Amino acid sequence: MTTTAADQQIIRSPGQRGVWAWITTVDHKRIGLLYAVTAAAFFFIGGLEALLVRTQLFGPDLEVLSAAAYNQLFTMHGLTMVFLVVMPIAAAFTNYFLPILIGARDVAFPRLNAFSYWLFLLAGLLIYSSFLLGGAPDGAWVGYAPLSTQLTEVVRMDFWSIGLQLLGVASIASSANFIATVFTMRAPGMTMLRMPVFAWMSLVVAFLLIFSLPSVAIGLFQLFLDRNYGALFYASAAGGDPLLWQHLFWIFGHPEVYVLVLPAMGIVSEVLPTFARKPLFGYPFVVFAGAAIGFVGFGVWSHHMFTSGMGPLAEAGFGVATMIIAVPTGVKIFNWIGTLWGGKIKFNTPMLFSVAFIAMFTIGGLSGVTHAVVPSDTQQHDTYYVVAHFHYVLFGGAIFGYVSGVYYWFPKWTGRMLNETLGKIHFWLALIGFNLTFGPMHILGLNGMPRRTYRYPDGLGWANWNAVATIGAYIILLAFLVFAWNIVRSHFLAKGERVGNDPWDGRTLEWTIASPPPVHNFDEVPVVHSLDDFWHQKYAEDEEGRAVRMPAVTGGALTVDKKTGGEGDDDGEHLDIHMPSPSYYPALSALGIATLGAGLIYLPWGFFAVGIGGAIMLWGLFGWSLEPVTKEH
Amino acid sequence: MAPLVLVLAACSGNGPQSALEPGGPIAKDIDGLWDLVFWLATAVMIFVTILYVWAIWRYRERAGDESEPKQAHGNTAIEVGGVVFSVVLLAIISVPTVRGLLDVRAIPEGPDVLQIQVTGHQWWWEFEYVDETAPDGRTLITANELHIPEDTRVNLTMTSADVIHSFWVPTINGKRDVVPGRSSNLTLIADDPTPPGEPIPGQCAEFCGLAHADMRIKLHVHTADSFAAWVEEQLAPSPLPAEGTAAAAGWDTFNAVCTTCHQVTLEDVEGEVVTYGPDRLITGGDVEFRSSFGPNLTHLFSRTTFGSGTFPLDVAHLTQWVDNPQALKPMDPDRNDLASGRVLGMPDLGLDPVEIAQVVALLETWK
Ligand SMILES: [Cu+2]
Repeated sequence: MTTTAADQQIIRSPGQRGVWAWITTVDHKRIGLLYAVTAAAFFFIGGLEALLVRTQLFGPDLEVLSAAAYNQLFTMHGLTMVFLVVMPIAAAFTNYFLPILIGARDVAFPRLNAFSYWLFLLAGLLIYSSFLLGGAPDGAWVGYAPLSTQLTEVVRMDFWSIGLQLLGVASIASSANFIATVFTMRAPGMTMLRMPVFAWMSLVVAFLLIFSLPSVAIGLFQLFLDRNYGALFYASAAGGDPLLWQHLFWIFGHPEVYVLVLPAMGIVSEVLPTFARKPLFGYPFVVFAGAAIGFVGFGVWSHHMFTSGMGPLAEAGFGVATMIIAVPTGVKIFNWIGTLWGGKIKFNTPMLFSVAFIAMFTIGGLSGVTHAVVPSDTQQHDTYYVVAHFHYVLFGGAIFGYVSGVYYWFPKWTGRMLNETLGKIHFWLALIGFNLTFGPMHILGLNGMPRRTYRYPDGLGWANWNAVATIGAYIILLAFLVFAWNIVRSHFLAKGERVGNDPWDGRTLEWTIASPPPVHNFDEVPVVHSLDDFWHQKYAEDEEGRAVRMPAVTGGALTVDKKTGGEGDDDGEHLDIHMPSPSYYPALSALGIATLGAGLIYLPWGFFAVGIGGAIMLWGLFGWSLEPVTKEH
Repeated sequence: MAPLVLVLAACSGNGPQSALEPGGPIAKDIDGLWDLVFWLATAVMIFVTILYVWAIWRYRERAGDESEPKQAHGNTAIEVGGVVFSVVLLAIISVPTVRGLLDVRAIPEGPDVLQIQVTGHQWWWEFEYVDETAPDGRTLITANELHIPEDTRVNLTMTSADVIHSFWVPTINGKRDVVPGRSSNLTLIADDPTPPGEPIPGQCAEFCGLAHADMRIKLHVHTADSFAAWVEEQLAPSPLPAEGTAAAAGWDTFNAVCTTCHQVTLEDVEGEVVTYGPDRLITGGDVEFRSSFGPNLTHLFSRTTFGSGTFPLDVAHLTQWVDNPQALKPMDPDRNDLASGRVLGMPDLGLDPVEIAQVVALLETWK
């Protein structure tokens, strides 16, 4: 495509291909795809780490891994899956779909959005570079002091503290962005209670992150100072307190669990109505329950510390608060079942994963209630029972939800369907593999097997279930290889069935626009009249309340034309839509901050890098604030 | 499938370190709470599963059915009912939870309570029986294998010499973290004596670095008489080895090298009792704890295991250990710094095979 001066003036030159176009993009959809691809790559790395761990545990006293290697791998597995897989895959969906679902053309701060992605990527690479620089973090993802502050001459835990700090900055930036987007960018008529549940959950998550990350940020700073400057915040001999770290970490860490799972609940709440051909049952209750989970989630952090040594009254309080969280969670589950009830359910792959999500999440939720029974938790805490519990919530829960989202929205991303047969093979392998891996861990934990142990002796009755779990883990690998092949086959080999705007007979605004969407999303900003607006454009209700197809949808905001969009075919130029120009300053600023962070790991010599990184960061930030958002006419 | 797994968990044969095989009243109470919440959760799971499977099956799309479903938007009565239902269930659980919690956390008091101080170390356990004293005032100190009498309330007062550990013998009680700078308490009550040589297993449950997996505990439960006999035997010092034996040569090496970290209490021919090795006190909260750099080796051969419950105590394993400890257990002694109290395991002492055999011969005399 030829680029004229006129193009440069009014559009963000989306047609440019190649790496540079991706580095400078401020398009929320491209940034969403960058998040998705990065998260997928880290998912396979984190999965490989888990497989090595499971291989070591296949039998008693195996010597596949040394203790040192094992401790690094399980630490990196946790760190990777939480911060480099599930959070960014949620960010991928939020980036791509939040603006479209509320009828916006982009997020509120497109360049800040790009900055968040690049900082996330560079922080991830920084943490992983530790493998090449003497060893990865090995103090578990929770990094309890004083174990994490013990060996100050070994820098691996500095990679962890600095890496997490940078990831936190990226998350706070994107959370502020999403909050501003929801509050200021909604289309006319898109009241808060007409927003899709996914948009609502993104909003709740953004607030959770904004309020919870500062706590761990302070903790990480203190920990960094302890390690590098002898600050003694967590050194008990000097009057510091190791439990302070646990509080600061879990005040973040518990809301973080909901950060990981609420967007998946949002996706499920979109998928179920589409495939049951009924509106979400009890929409306001589902929304309110999500917000309530987020709110109460701030009051239960200490249930991660029932063996740490709080007073019994505090423990009782946190135990009961933890039980209270089960109420809004139960509300969600019953409303999902209510959505299916009386519907006409199509079991396409997205639906299968959503249906499995509810079942697996229910198991994880119920095992969570058993943790609230404090005396019982003193047996379960730090055992494989807990490992089983949170994998039911975060894998059978969150990951299944996100996979459902991938199958659901893949045609919107690429204009092509994923293959249904491969999808179903993926689904059944994943479901069976998942339950084989994590089901037996309940038994192992109750039978006394602690987590984070690189070997276990024969004779404690753990060998058989560990073998089963390891076999299950390899089945999960197989499942996700099928998934990867499905994506490669459909998109990269272009074998997926081509689809138009609305392959699932969807309900929400993203199905009104082309697949993939044009850069500016909407030719005309839609005017919204109800929840599930697009559905109501297509269907009325007869006197019995059954859906009745209306003749044809025409004109207006919700045009259903088959124009192929994206990739420069339709840049909105003819519509005189002004989109922000691409900018390399966000990536440059992120590079500066990441360099600065890397320097902090290797003090005092790293001060050179701190200086260089700081200069790059300032350059980036000044350029960012001084460049025009769009070039002038 | 997963509920089935849970049911199997409740019924299948459990190992000797299982929370589901309680061997004392506290673990039984906890297990009772577990049973309550487990069966309630299972009932909820069955209820939800029936609803769910029914909804999925009954309302699946069928070939040839062109009708559209009714567009139900919600039902406030069902929502309120669901909330009330779950609140009632949780109230049922929360009352015994709070009661059980207060019971479990109560620190036993009285003259009949056996007081033991526990210090967690990377990666072993130190036990001091503060009320069991020899005529010369020495308290009973041992490591890794804890001995208690049956049907007796035992109060563990615990701290850590380095990082956070967690003391856990699942068949007797839940776990309790062992935190540097603080003291924490855990009550042990065991119903039945263990057969000789078959202690109850437990282990550290809070990740504490390299050899966390090998920081195990063995709990011997005695009858009152056999416990008294054990105490008497432990308090009596072993004799210094007789001149000219291999053990005596071993003692020269031991006294020159091993007593840097290990304590041992011995009696010479004149009947003088001497405790060799470092004597360090640390504070946890307002309690002072004994804290050596390595396990106290007095009466080592009365134990069944070594390396914190990880290896059987026999000449072959001990020889391997004295030769190259890190070949058996992952440790990081290159970073030891005794001056600052940092001990990350036993270094390779560089002894030749003859010296090793002599040291092991010495250890064998400490029965
Ligand atoms: Cu430990």
